[in-house]
Amino acid sequence: MASAGNNSRALPWALVTPALAWTCAFFVLPFIAMGFSSLTAHEGGGFTLANYSQFFTDPSYWRAMVNSLEVTAIVTVISILLAYPFAWILAEMVPERWQRLALMLAVLPFWTSYVVRSYSWLLVLAQNGVINRALTGIGLIGEPLQLANTRFATVTGFVHFFVMLLTLTIFANLKQLSPSYRKAAADLGARPVRTFLHVVLPLTLPGIMVGAFLTFVLCIGDYVTPQILGGNNELLMPQLVMMQIGRRGDFPLASALSIILMAVVTIAYLACARWLKIERA
Amino acid sequence: MTVNVRNPLSILKSHLSAACATAALLLAAGGAQAADLNALIWCDHSDPALLQPFEEANNVKVNVKEFEGTGAGLAIVEQSQPGDWDVMVIDSIDVPRGVEKGLFEPLPEDKLPFADLFPEVKMDKSTVVDGKRYGITEKFGYNTIGFNKTKVDPADMQSLASLTSDKYKGKVAIYDYYLPVIGMAALAIGKKTADLTEADLPALKAELLKMKANAKLVGEVTASQTALATGEVDILVGGGEWVTAGLAKENPALDFSIPKEGAVLWSQSLAMFKDSKNKDMALKFIQYIMSPEGQARLATSSCYWGMPSNKKAALSDDQKKILRFDEQPGFLARAQAYPAPNADLDKKMQDMWTEMLQAQ
Repeated sequence: MASAGNNSRALPWALVTPALAWTCAFFVLPFIAMGFSSLTAHEGGGFTLANYSQFFTDPSYWRAMVNSLEVTAIVTVISILLAYPFAWILAEMVPERWQRLALMLAVLPFWTSYVVRSYSWLLVLAQNGVINRALTGIGLIGEPLQLANTRFATVTGFVHFFVMLLTLTIFANLKQLSPSYRKAAADLGARPVRTFLHVVLPLTLPGIMVGAFLTFVLCIGDYVTPQILGGNNELLMPQLVMMQIGRRGDFPLASALSIILMAVVTIAYLACARWLKIERA
Repeated sequence: MTVNVRNPLSILKSHLSAACATAALLLAAGGAQAADLNALIWCDHSDPALLQPFEEANNVKVNVKEFEGTGAGLAIVEQSQPGDWDVMVIDSIDVPRGVEKGLFEPLPEDKLPFADLFPEVKMDKSTVVDGKRYGITEKFGYNTIGFNKTKVDPADMQSLASLTSDKYKGKVAIYDYYLPVIGMAALAIGKKTADLTEADLPALKAELLKMKANAKLVGEVTASQTALATGEVDILVGGGEWVTAGLAKENPALDFSIPKEGAVLWSQSLAMFKDSKNKDMALKFIQYIMSPEGQARLATSSCYWGMPSNKKAALSDDQKKILRFDEQPGFLARAQAYPAPNADLDKKMQDMWTEMLQAQ
């Protein structure tokens, strides 16, 4: 009996050990190394908190975090507003036999390189790009608009990518929703709009929040899109991190900035998990 | 206050770093053999047109790993095992950084064509340390004004003052590398790049902010080149022949000037690692790159064009014309060296650059 009991306790550990080892080797240990690096001085080594204090005392560094949060919030909100109707149409209005094709089209942006996609948008939004040529061609504007190398361009590039990510998570949530909820609401006299607001939307919030969290994480940590489309007219956190590495090789400061970025992502995750208890979903 | 520590975590960190660097080297080498040559390089050296003739002539495989920025390059070396790398391409002004770390082997001057180099680009102040030469300049050019001569008045491009004039507001891109552009700002306010001190930072910052106010974007090599090529901007601050020469065939309207205030000379050097296991082949590689044929291929590399440091480079007349080879003595006379700040001033300059980028 004792042997059987030991086996039953050992089996789960045996099964989970490869995953734990993987996580330790590729996340925990590098994270510890990065944390240690963030507490050392660039010149001469030695323990210091200067890397963190620089972030909190230098307005231009702090501004990078504010910019990152602003851009990420805008991208997330716009992506949700666009993705929900897309997901709704896919789940409710597209016939089942066409849904697979529609989903594949939704996934297509993920097949394209970040760099290619961003440069493509640059060509679309440029002074001589498709949009400005079309608008000037039909006489709607006299002078080309400043679209490329702006926050607008960065947000556009991000939304193009993340709206599909959100569409997929919301679509999955909508498909899991039993039609009987809507029938019950209708039986109780609720009109479609009221049914949507009081039944469907709350039940699909987990899908929205999971997609929003993924969008948040990927957007706030992305370097390529703001670098190409934003024209460096405002720095975001990943760009600030890269700046420390290029010529100076200041890995301690880059590590500190990365840990601060990771702390923000962790806070976002905890907020989502606490609000929706998605850790139990 | 700093306290020196050496604990198990630091040992763990260094072991992890070494493991990562080894993995990177294996990936770069693709199963390299001991006879192979491992080179830490900038992208112009990865051009097959440059490497293949050397590989075929010496029956060797050159494994290259690209990096951007001296800091990133030295970090790769520090995280590698001694002997992993044979040669390195490095900013000439940064050769002493590698020497201080004990990385480089002195070069045999009698086996390299120093007599054929443009005298101004030998950069003895940087490449010679304690009487020994650790680097040889292989390519150079200017951080200056690149422009579209059909969109701007070429006469205006003879003065750095035009960069901050209202006439070109919104028509300007700035190359995103703080040292050369700070050097150009120094020239604009009448300072010598070699004499810059912390006391000059306020004036430099004011000049940079004026440039930023006129700029549409601040972009790295590809972005700034694209902006000039697509007509998004008409002027590139900090760009020179490395931007316009590569695009000359498609867009002959692109040109560069060395304004009356001067330009900032960039130069890249080749260095050999002290711990190289293949020093003979490393020297052969450096000799090949410095030969007239190697110099011509390096100067016209598909990644970017630049002036060869060897006057005898086997360039065609067309290539020489694009590089404005014959005008080099005049250009060099007006060029000033890259700013070479110490670590503290370098940090302050980078922070100033960050402030400039964030300025609205």
